[in-house]
Amino acid sequence: MVLKVFFPSCCASAESGILIGRWISEQNSAVILAVIHFPFIPVQVKQYLSEVQRVTKVSVSVLGSWSNSKREKEESLSEFLEDLGTIFSHEPWIQISKEGDSKFWSCSTLQKNSNNPKEEEIILVYYDQRKVMLSHLHPPLDTAASTDHKAEDASKLSAIFDTVAKSKILFMTDRYDDGPIKLTHWQSDGVEASIIVELMKQASVPACMLLTFLLSLVSGVCRSRVLKFWPLSFLWSKLSTCEQLGHRLQHLQVISSNKKAQNQTQLMRKANIFVSLLIDVALGLLLISWLYRKNRIGHLADTLIPVADHVAEELQDLLQWLMGAPAGLKMNRALDQVLGRFFLYHIHLWISYIHLMSPFIEMILWYVGLSACLGLTVALCILSDIIALLTFHIYCFYVYGARLYCLKIYGLSSLWRLFRGKKWNVLRQRVDSCSYDLDQLRLLVVIVQGLIHLLVDLIDSLPLYSVILRLCRSYRLADQPPVIWQCGTDIQAANLQLLPQGFLDIPLQEAVPWRAHLPLETQRREAGLKTAKELERLGQENRLNPNSFGPKASQSQRLLDPFN
Amino acid sequence: MEEWWYRSASGARIALRRRQHSASCRELAVRCPRLRLRSLSAATSAAWLAAYGLFVLTENSMVLSAAIIITLVGLIIYLHFVKIDQESLLVIGSLGIQVTSSYASGKESTTFIEMSQVKDVVINEAIHMQKVIYYLCILLQDPGDPQGVSEVVPLFQSSKPRLDCLIEVYKSCQEILEQRKTAPQSS
Repeated sequence: MVLKVFFPSCCASAESGILIGRWISEQNSAVILAVIHFPFIPVQVKQYLSEVQRVTKVSVSVLGSWSNSKREKEESLSEFLEDLGTIFSHEPWIQISKEGDSKFWSCSTLQKNSNNPKEEEIILVYYDQRKVMLSHLHPPLDTAASTDHKAEDASKLSAIFDTVAKSKILFMTDRYDDGPIKLTHWQSDGVEASIIVELMKQASVPACMLLTFLLSLVSGVCRSRVLKFWPLSFLWSKLSTCEQLGHRLQHLQVISSNKKAQNQTQLMRKANIFVSLLIDVALGLLLISWLYRKNRIGHLADTLIPVADHVAEELQDLLQWLMGAPAGLKMNRALDQVLGRFFLYHIHLWISYIHLMSPFIEMILWYVGLSACLGLTVALCILSDIIALLTFHIYCFYVYGARLYCLKIYGLSSLWRLFRGKKWNVLRQRVDSCSYDLDQLRLLVVIVQGLIHLLVDLIDSLPLYSVILRLCRSYRLADQPPVIWQCGTDIQAANLQLLPQGFLDIPLQEAVPWRAHLPLETQRREAGLKTAKELERLGQENRLNPNSFGPKASQSQRLLDPFN
Repeated sequence: MEEWWYRSASGARIALRRRQHSASCRELAVRCPRLRLRSLSAATSAAWLAAYGLFVLTENSMVLSAAIIITLVGLIIYLHFVKIDQESLLVIGSLGIQVTSSYASGKESTTFIEMSQVKDVVINEAIHMQKVIYYLCILLQDPGDPQGVSEVVPLFQSSKPRLDCLIEVYKSCQEILEQRKTAPQSS
């Protein structure tokens, strides 16, 4: 069987001595950690090794002998080295020797109780002790925690890495220490250290304590009951700045905690957070140094008001156009007037608010820009919040429109279920069949008619509104397909063409934005529908029971003109 | 050390070098054809002629300096990242397999696969562009399933030797991989 010996490259020029390391019998490999030079007292060596074993939990022992003679091979030396094998009994006893300036080494083993007399092959692997010790490529084999299954699957080489990494204490003594044992390893010429790193370590302890104290104060304030009341807590959850600041606080707490990182992943996480924080703050300071020169903030504040005015003017023009006869469509005038006036009032309020704030905008921007000290991400969050606040009115319009639409859809879906003879069972959360009275059905039919009429008016307005929200360009609505212009000549029956069934099975929240982009069919259908007066005239052409429709016509009139 | 000459899948001449370090350690290296001076000067002249033509059209001398810089940078990038001079395979029984690619600029990139992860070394067929070619690959063991293969690592991807060369390499590798079956006490 093949014997593998891992030899550190730093010991290649060491003087003669004995090799210490770990023997891994399952893999038939020996990991050599250091060379102990002559003279030494065997008892002291054994004591030292047992102490190292106790501290590092790595079974370090004497594995063999190393001879590096400048002169020719001496017989006495080789015999002496063989006798050493009897003092430190180890199976197999490895003998590595290098002669003079020869490039070639000789490596042999001495087996006392050898079952097979044939020579086994030896593979000598040179390894860089510093790099192997510092590399965390393989997770350390925690024999206490791992099961047998895991131990089998774990990479074999990880045992080598693990051995070297855990024997850190062995590399702490260098040749300038006065001790009974003289070792050669990668740090034997002097333990590596850096003054700056040591100073930073000393300085970081009080800095961390101070930071932890400040952060605990800040987080205590944030968690106080005052800020948790409903309007404020809703506001905090909507503003992205608060979320970002919360994240930042959490990161700082992770970094400044006094506990050392338990394992590699925690250490990497801490280091990642620290570096990203540094870069963030550096970029933020860069932004500040750029922004606060040449009165850029003043220019920004000056351009903000005219832009807001322009947007408001465009919106007002659009609303006026919609309140008239947009693209020649005759819509429900009353509804249009109400909604239009409502939205115009909103815009008016918003513009007056902006004009009220105009003298303070520069100062606000100046102080808000200072928040970039905390990091570029905080500055970007504040920017996004400002934009959200400036366009708040548009968001309001969208919400109103969406709510009304939602209600309509809900009502219509319930009525559609009614017409199919089904009812929503609240207890079972499913649709059951149900039989209704004729009067109930008639009343509901009329309500349905009214709702559809209003709905279609709203539908016609709504997609245009959502286009505004996205584009704010009114000239785009000027070109409509010519098919819509064919209304008024061909008077059709008020066809109760309800929404396709597929729609009503999907949850309502999805129905709202989907239908906002109106397909051509609905527009055509809408063109077929008339106002309330014309419906009354055409009552006899209706598909449903015309006789009972007569006395209800006035009712329908009342239902359909709720705003007059 | 032995050396044989073969052809690659595209017809270029490649050299296979086999070196036996010991009974359980072998190194196989495939050397790709070097960068020819002919093709290099052809590419450079074409680029510079085009740049000169552009200069005549636009009367802007920046075009010429830009062409020179682009040619130099492009050549450096090609030599350092694209042109592979030699691909070698070092098989050490009971330790692992090391795959090395050395680039024309001298850069070497190595990958080491432990013997416990290696299931087998096989020759596979693949459809590459408009041809069907053979390639040698290492099958990696799936840790959970002893019969399964978790990954396939193709070898000699830039030199693409033909089947006769691959058979030589395959035989050399299998001689060493067999040893681990005959020595069951080595884990």
